[in-house]
Amino acid sequence: MKAIVAKRLAEVAAALGGASARATSARKVAIGSDCSSQGIIIWNAKTTSLRMINRLITPSSGSISIDGEPTEKMDVVKLRRRIGYVIQHAGLFPHRTVVENIATTARLSGVTRPKALATARELLDRVGLGGEFANRYPWQLSGGQQQRVGVARALASDPQLMLMDEPFSAVDPVVRTQLQDEFLRLQRDIGKTIIMVTHDIDEALKLGNQVAMLRTGGTLAQVATPRQLLAQPADNFVADFVGRDRGYRFLGFAGTADAVRLVSEPTVRLGATVDEAKAAALGRWVLAVDDHERPLGWVDLDRPFTHVRQDGLNLSGTLSAQGEPLRALLDAVLSAPSGRGVVTDADGRLLGTATLASVSSVLEDGRSRDWAEAQP
Amino acid sequence: MNLDWIIAEAGTIGTLFLWHFGLSVVPVLLSLVLAIPLGWLAHRSGFMRPFWLGLAGLFYTIPSLALFVLLPLVLHTRILDPINVVVALTIYALAMLVRTVADGLSTVSPETLQAATAMGYRPAARFLRVELPLAVPAITAGLRVAVVSNVSIVSIAALIGTPQLGSLFTQGLQLRFLTPIVTGIVLCIVLAALLDLAVVWAGFRLSPWNRSNK
Repeated sequence: MKAIVAKRLAEVAAALGGASARATSARKVAIGSDCSSQGIIIWNAKTTSLRMINRLITPSSGSISIDGEPTEKMDVVKLRRRIGYVIQHAGLFPHRTVVENIATTARLSGVTRPKALATARELLDRVGLGGEFANRYPWQLSGGQQQRVGVARALASDPQLMLMDEPFSAVDPVVRTQLQDEFLRLQRDIGKTIIMVTHDIDEALKLGNQVAMLRTGGTLAQVATPRQLLAQPADNFVADFVGRDRGYRFLGFAGTADAVRLVSEPTVRLGATVDEAKAAALGRWVLAVDDHERPLGWVDLDRPFTHVRQDGLNLSGTLSAQGEPLRALLDAVLSAPSGRGVVTDADGRLLGTATLASVSSVLEDGRSRDWAEAQP
Repeated sequence: MNLDWIIAEAGTIGTLFLWHFGLSVVPVLLSLVLAIPLGWLAHRSGFMRPFWLGLAGLFYTIPSLALFVLLPLVLHTRILDPINVVVALTIYALAMLVRTVADGLSTVSPETLQAATAMGYRPAARFLRVELPLAVPAITAGLRVAVVSNVSIVSIAALIGTPQLGSLFTQGLQLRFLTPIVTGIVLCIVLAALLDLAVVWAGFRLSPWNRSNK
């Protein structure tokens, strides 16, 4: 039994080693909630380690402390009220409306009902749900909406430390990406210490400042920034885990598209005639834009048409915004039928295009300067 | 059917109806108050749960007439005291409602409970503010059965002389007169339907969140 407990504590240590925490030994773990960072653990039984922090599971030996205070000496209920907790499927109270659900944690911390409800309404807005959701019941929401309410509920008591147990795993990939983006935006605004558990390596790499990877059995494989994890996996276990696409994933951390030289791209507007389009084009494909220079899609000059129309456009190319990682630009290049990746500014207006050759020359450049050592 | 008899006896019939109403409702309310802690205990008793629920259900198998006759000996009450009927019917309703409450509590999803605990609910508050409200739809369903079956069991108490609509049956039998019997049956059905509606309405008011209410 002791061995298991020690392993589990090591797990906690690993997880917290990834956040703003120190594992002073395998038996003692200290969490500091004074700075904002996200730690991510990856492992199949890792939920256990989160539950040890808020004592849903009690370690039979060892010690976890928060801001220098050992958790086993705290009143367990007060400890839990200090920590935000978000779980898969949100775990909302079916008998309470959305605002009442969110207000729960504030109410438990002793905030008066009107004040708690006011906070709840603000948070509803903050997690991207409108006021029209306030008086609905959880069953009237989609999975993604429920998950947002779950996050808002954890935030309502304004905790310094948040635990998130696979918070985005029960929703479809499109909603998951939205929730992850909002998580990053929210985290920039509120700055909490967040310890999140996920089995999705891409999610860990996207959201974590520090990622702790655990082997089966709970021993720590590696704690590192996502960038280091991809560039310098500690062993085969980590290398296998970050997967076959790690070369491509690394582009997410290998700098931005700003270094790539952009070429100005001739464009046509909707309604242009076939002759106007052919006069502008560099080859078979010409880019159509709207009145604000925002790219709409590619016009195929090999197909018969008289005027450029919205429904005749090829939409297969993705867009890459300035400042986005090289991964997005490479994707834009590979997906564009013309072979030219479209780059826009932050408002979605066309800046120019990049070719595979220009992206790869930047990649070669970076490799010669050794990315693994460079700071992002 | 003799309408003149009904008009002539309207006052008595009204009194009997009120007695029947009281004898049907009070025991169910008493047993509900007792069934909540007992159902909670059974729900929390792990592998002993089927044993406790089985034991509670066993009380329902005691013949009602026997219970009406035996209770005065146990309680040291007079045989005509309505308390006997109230106690007997409370036992019957309890036999049903302990299971209802235990089953209702087990309909609450473990995820919801875990979220409540993780958020810092103390056990008693968690029970009162989360578990019990969520068990309301299931408890309402059981309560409807208990109330309606109580209405019919109450009439048996006529045999030991407690006044209620059952008295109309004994009277009709003694006089070989059909009108009181039919009147009693109709009023019993009306009472059962009204009480059933009242329980449904209360359940509806207590669980506005229940999606089957929409």
